[in-house]
Amino acid sequence: MERAVAIEVNRLSKAYGTHQAVSDLSFHVYAGEIFGLLGPNGAGKSTTLRTLITLLHPTSGTASIFGHDTVREADTVRRLIGYVPQERAIDRFLTGREHLQLLSALYHLTKEEAAQRINELLKLVDLEAHADRPAKTYSGGMKRKLDIACGLLPDPKVLFLDEPTLGLDVQSRLRIWEYVRMLKARGLTVVMTTNYLDEADQLCDRLAIIDGGRIKALGSPTELKVALGGDIVSLTIKETDRIPGLESALAGQPTIKTVRATGNGLDIRVESPEKALPIILETANRLGCGIEFIEYHRPRLDDVFIAHTGRRITDTAEQPVE
Amino acid sequence: MTEYWQEISALTMRWVRRLSREKFSMLFTLVQPMLFWLIFFGNLFQRAADTQVTQAPNYISFLAAGVVVMTVLNNGLAGGVDLLFDKENGFLERLMSAPIRRSSVILSRFIFVMTITSLQVLVILGVAFLFGVEPATGLLGVAVILLIGMMFGVGLTAISMAMAFSVKSHGDFFSVLGFLSLPMIFLSSALVPLAAMPGWMSFLARFNPMTWAIDAVRPLILSGWSDALPHVAMVIPVMVVFDAICLYGGAKAFRRAMG
Repeated sequence: MERAVAIEVNRLSKAYGTHQAVSDLSFHVYAGEIFGLLGPNGAGKSTTLRTLITLLHPTSGTASIFGHDTVREADTVRRLIGYVPQERAIDRFLTGREHLQLLSALYHLTKEEAAQRINELLKLVDLEAHADRPAKTYSGGMKRKLDIACGLLPDPKVLFLDEPTLGLDVQSRLRIWEYVRMLKARGLTVVMTTNYLDEADQLCDRLAIIDGGRIKALGSPTELKVALGGDIVSLTIKETDRIPGLESALAGQPTIKTVRATGNGLDIRVESPEKALPIILETANRLGCGIEFIEYHRPRLDDVFIAHTGRRITDTAEQPVE
Repeated sequence: MTEYWQEISALTMRWVRRLSREKFSMLFTLVQPMLFWLIFFGNLFQRAADTQVTQAPNYISFLAAGVVVMTVLNNGLAGGVDLLFDKENGFLERLMSAPIRRSSVILSRFIFVMTITSLQVLVILGVAFLFGVEPATGLLGVAVILLIGMMFGVGLTAISMAMAFSVKSHGDFFSVLGFLSLPMIFLSSALVPLAAMPGWMSFLARFNPMTWAIDAVRPLILSGWSDALPHVAMVIPVMVVFDAICLYGGAKAFRRAMG
């Protein structure tokens, strides 16, 4: 069965002066899925998201939401989407309820519609008890919940979340993940950006890995991990000066797919660990490399990220604030 | 049309709510620092200022027009600040991703700033009244003063919003603001009449729209309609041109910032 397509992005590029923020991006998002844009800060995730929510005009290429072009039919698109900006898009002097009332007017709801929907949303995000306090008294997690309630107020078909858990504590993160899953269960299409690998892995049905304004890989987390093939053997070596020697000795050996030097050892992608381990140990022994630590694991999403971008996501990602 | 009005009134209400929540800010906004110019500066220079030069019965009555227009200046130039913060914390994006007319946000700001400014002008005229300054042209004159203030304020608020949309950081915004405001005041007829200024200063002051506004407001307060009408007839076209230029620049900056 053909799955309904919610978002279609076709050869999208956006340049700021000479800086190419996004180049030649093409992907689509199916209706009812959670789609992730994963990449370090500055990778082009936010640019892509802001184009989809009609706030940026692409330099070339097109994007459409349920068939409506984000530039030519911006007003129609705005009626279909909800948006949760990156952080603290909150007026600290307004109460939670007043935020929702303001947005109700901007989405042209009648007073009765607004009152009913606001009460439902406050219940949904568990803010009823705090609805009439100014937002400056809210905790980080509560602000995030209010953000999400604001994003849901227009009763959107597609919800866009920009870094939904950036800077939140573990418990609040888990709550937000729960909400996102619940929204999917209610039939919403969710598009989110993140630079947390575990978040993309746990939450997204499919994801695009973006780096340097280009899509490096696209698929479900499982697909991406399987496509990598084989397992990862990680070595920690005492004599760090001998790492390059071991690296070149192992490269090209049977069952060994790739070898990559890390700070204190090697990450080796192998087809079958049973066959590869003896070769690795024997070679290390021959070259006089003392192995301090060895482990092997199924590929994780960070291995996928490294394989496609050549670096760790944290190499450039900023530390979460707060 | 009703949708448009729904947007504008909701956004304007937000500004009013914000002000009413900031008790201190409200106090300082309504009982404005501008009053200190009138009360302290006005009384301080009472004897230092030569009534022959100011052509007014006393310095306070001369200064009242200047303080009224200074209030318009400061409010107008600060009129974009809240949008600047909205831009920086993402609130503006949230508003702009809603199906609203792009102009609603801007218009709500104009309505709010103009209303607050008018209230403050009335407070200042009220305080001046307590010091014995009675507007020579009566209530109709006060209405004309408010009109001139609003016409000047629209252009200034547009400049301020254009800056808010264009600057990289709010540090830039406030330094430009501080840089603009004082020269605008000194190079105008707010504190001293043009005739009493050094030649080069009075030359520059002639190009300052603030001078035109003050020169129209002052006779409305001091002398009466026959003196005021020629100035009022001049200031209106000047302000129309000033507003047109500022609004054009503001609209350009807004479009550039909003993609």
